[in-house]
Amino acid sequence: MYATRTRQARPEPFAVRPGIAERLGLPYMDGALALSAIVLAAFGVFTLAQATLHDVPGNPYYYVDRQAIYAVLGVAGMYLLTRVDYSRFRELRVGVYTFLCVSISLVFVFGFAARGSRRAFELPFFSFQPSELGKLLLVLALAGFVIDGARRGSDRQRTVRYLCLGLAPAALVFLQPDLGTALVLAVITLAVMYVGGVRWTHFATIGAALVTLVAIVLVVAPAVGTPILKGYQQQRLTSFLHPSEDPSDAGYQQNQAKIAIGSGGKTGRGDRATQTRLDFVPERHTDFIFAVIGERYGFVGAALVLSLYALLIWRALRIVTLSKNSYGTLVAGGIAAMLLFQVFVNVGMNLGIMPITGVPLPLLSYGGSSVLATFLAVGVLQSIHMQARLSQKGRFAW
Amino acid sequence: MYLRSDERGPEMSNRLALRIALFGGLAVVLLVVLFVRLWLLQVVSGEKYLAEANNNRSREFRVHAPRGSILDRNGKVLVENRTSLALQVDPGKLPPRAPRRRAELAQLAELTHSSPDRVRKLMHEQLKLAPSAPVTLRRDVGHYLVYYLQENQDRFPGVEVQRVFVRRYPQGTLAAHLVGSVGEVSEEELKEPRYRGLEPGDEVGKDGVEYTYDRYLRGRPGMTRIQVDAFGEPTAHGQLVSRPPVPGDNLKLSIDSDVQAAGEAALSARGLPGGFVTMDVHSGEILGLGSFPTFDPSVFTRPMTQSQVDALYRDPVSAPLTDRAIAGLYPTGSTFKLITAMAALESGTITTSTPIFDGGSLTVGGESFQNAGGAAYGTLTLVPALQVSSDVFFYTLGLEMWDTGDLQRWAHKLGIGRPTGIDLPGAATGLLPSQGWRNRLFKEGETERPWSAGDNIQLATGQGDLQTNPLQMAIAYATVANGGTVVTPHVGLQVDDAAGRVVKEFDPPSRRHVHVDPEYRAAILEGLHEAAQAPGGTSYAVFGGFPVPVAGKTGTAQRVGHADQSWYIVLAPYPNPRIVTAVTIEEGGFGAESAAPAALQILEAYFNKHTSGPAGPNGGSPG
Repeated sequence: MYATRTRQARPEPFAVRPGIAERLGLPYMDGALALSAIVLAAFGVFTLAQATLHDVPGNPYYYVDRQAIYAVLGVAGMYLLTRVDYSRFRELRVGVYTFLCVSISLVFVFGFAARGSRRAFELPFFSFQPSELGKLLLVLALAGFVIDGARRGSDRQRTVRYLCLGLAPAALVFLQPDLGTALVLAVITLAVMYVGGVRWTHFATIGAALVTLVAIVLVVAPAVGTPILKGYQQQRLTSFLHPSEDPSDAGYQQNQAKIAIGSGGKTGRGDRATQTRLDFVPERHTDFIFAVIGERYGFVGAALVLSLYALLIWRALRIVTLSKNSYGTLVAGGIAAMLLFQVFVNVGMNLGIMPITGVPLPLLSYGGSSVLATFLAVGVLQSIHMQARLSQKGRFAW
Repeated sequence: MYLRSDERGPEMSNRLALRIALFGGLAVVLLVVLFVRLWLLQVVSGEKYLAEANNNRSREFRVHAPRGSILDRNGKVLVENRTSLALQVDPGKLPPRAPRRRAELAQLAELTHSSPDRVRKLMHEQLKLAPSAPVTLRRDVGHYLVYYLQENQDRFPGVEVQRVFVRRYPQGTLAAHLVGSVGEVSEEELKEPRYRGLEPGDEVGKDGVEYTYDRYLRGRPGMTRIQVDAFGEPTAHGQLVSRPPVPGDNLKLSIDSDVQAAGEAALSARGLPGGFVTMDVHSGEILGLGSFPTFDPSVFTRPMTQSQVDALYRDPVSAPLTDRAIAGLYPTGSTFKLITAMAALESGTITTSTPIFDGGSLTVGGESFQNAGGAAYGTLTLVPALQVSSDVFFYTLGLEMWDTGDLQRWAHKLGIGRPTGIDLPGAATGLLPSQGWRNRLFKEGETERPWSAGDNIQLATGQGDLQTNPLQMAIAYATVANGGTVVTPHVGLQVDDAAGRVVKEFDPPSRRHVHVDPEYRAAILEGLHEAAQAPGGTSYAVFGGFPVPVAGKTGTAQRVGHADQSWYIVLAPYPNPRIVTAVTIEEGGFGAESAAPAALQILEAYFNKHTSGPAGPNGGSPG
């Protein structure tokens, strides 16, 4: 065993048998990171418990039970990943990438449709949405490809290769269709490339291409009669620019979410909340759970949640700088970007400053796959942290 | 590229550090944006959004108040309410997708025997008025339809059946013009101050006393505010506020149903358009007022068929909605002679004993004015002149006063051609021809000649350009009969609340006082009495056998393009009249031919009640 051999090579002065904390690896973990993730998930379960009591007739804890189980599974998974050397994923990058693409593709064949979109597998006890875990898998695989390909081809070739590798699964997810997750995958790709050192000029080119693409998708394509986005997708993307009174309109939903959060005031309305309790805000257990928190717990609660996310993202960025190797830097950077993007887009959408894109709020939005995947991502961050700490002490993990 | 090796140490290259610092900077900026936005929403504008949220989740339901009843002076119900089931559509709850919404409306149109176009038009008009108020598609829906809708509720989202109050007329068409009709308040009406506080869909009086006394009859709608969810469905235990409706007050009219019915029957028996009014000469209380042809007020409570609409609005000859008693514009024939007599006496043109020779005609400026029927009565004083209704006698008075303005002054004083102040909408002002009026028209080129003696001669016998109606004439007669008080005619007597307490009594002060010399009054009334009940009088054939002494005057008005219009105005009992009755019948011929018998029917109805006791409408004896 690797670790045993090192210990023998450098005997402790007093040969003390390691304590329980030492053996669990606790001193090498990022406590603040783990704590913020767990508190956020707990807060999410707590909010769901209050907000969805009457949603499923005869089963007041339908959402709470499921979310809690996934959260516990997630914490366990996080711990397991903490104890795994993340560098293994670099070696497994081709397998990881293949698994990512195949699992997303299989959804088209075996997935079940919810609201006109095939995103998840229906398993005996739960449904599983591969694209959620796919976010993490893409980070792990793409970071590996970037490290691996650092010495092959010209800069431009490399940039194009990374883009293709990252955007392929994004395109698959987009076709499900799941615009939100596709955007997250695209952002992950860009973030890994950014931390991986792709030239600024390349980013400028990508940016220009993106602007052109958006113009074509939103303006030109509908004008010539071959819309690329589905009607509701386009409506959602643009509706935050023009809030509406029409309840069937996406702008109405966003306006209602805004009213919900605003009405929470400083300390919230608690059980007297009406916006999120009386169905004015749609999807309140998933995309609009931040509106529930805003209305029920007011600025105090919402700001606390935002602070926890700030803590989470800060710790993730810190791990980017701590990583003992470049792979860890890229992976941590990708995860940090993933978290930041999701939090900003989801909370921004609740606050009426971002379009509705169906991006869940990490750890808070109801959805087992999302909670599980986010905890696993935090576990990978922990692993990077742990390896860095161990290497600082001149030790390696088992 | 900075990546040299996977095994690089903890010290980072500067370029990577810069990129990570920028990344961190971006994170800070984005999170600060979220925090600031959150602060703005919750702390700065929290109150505003709280109000919006409260507004969002509560919904006011108006509970209609039943309108007050309308009774006659003896408490007989003329108008009351019945409840009806109304089919309403809440536009906010209709299916949001257009094809489904259209399908549902088409189905509703079929169920209510209407057309999709009509339903759409109704909805469209209503939505312009009040975007969120339910639209009433049809009232008086049958129970079967209600059951059907309730059983298939999921197929008809947004459809509800409401209990509403609908006007009911237990006496049928009786006093239709007086009571008027009700209808939903219009967009224009909502802007008027008298309808302040009302909302689209509320019912208001549109005509008659329903209009005049609307604010008493209307009541105050109640309100229930309940908590609703996003779909507008009431939530459990969601009642927030409730205010019960206050029923409208009951209105008691001065109308005597028996007199009213007698007048309407008398007119309809003649089958010709006409109007009548019976009024207390002292108080101005109207005991009966009607017009023929009449209409069934209950047609306004239901959707009308095209033929009903045509009959009500499109027939200019019968014009059943026109109240001829107050809105008619007619010359009066010889009934005007009372006014001519007053003017001549009070202006000193004649005395009660001034003899005037009636040779059968009067020639002025080459134009000859004849007595009706070619009669010649010889030398007459006022009383016999009134008795036989000598035209030449009054032509002479008209000629003598042709440029003094005395005739116009007195006609004006007695209320001809000016507003009466009656508490009914739609009363006509009329026209009193005068020298100034015609000369002005002549100057403006609208007539071919200026005022001449002939005009005044015509006016003296109630012919020519004169335009008035039974109500104005009744007031003029009442003024002479009561010794000079120009009363304010009114049908509203008293308002009682639902518990029977008197809220208000109406006793409008008289309009003005006119000097009426008792000697002149006595002479004129004597002349009219002789005309009605002395052999040789113009209406002796009709009133000669009537047990109550009366003073009445016939009139036969010539209208261009029409057969002669019959008039009769009678004061009873003579010599101290309590009531005046004026009747006019278009194309009814001589006054004694149709109007006088109609007036007799009315008086019979009145005195059948009032001969046994001493009490008149006011219970007092005239002064």
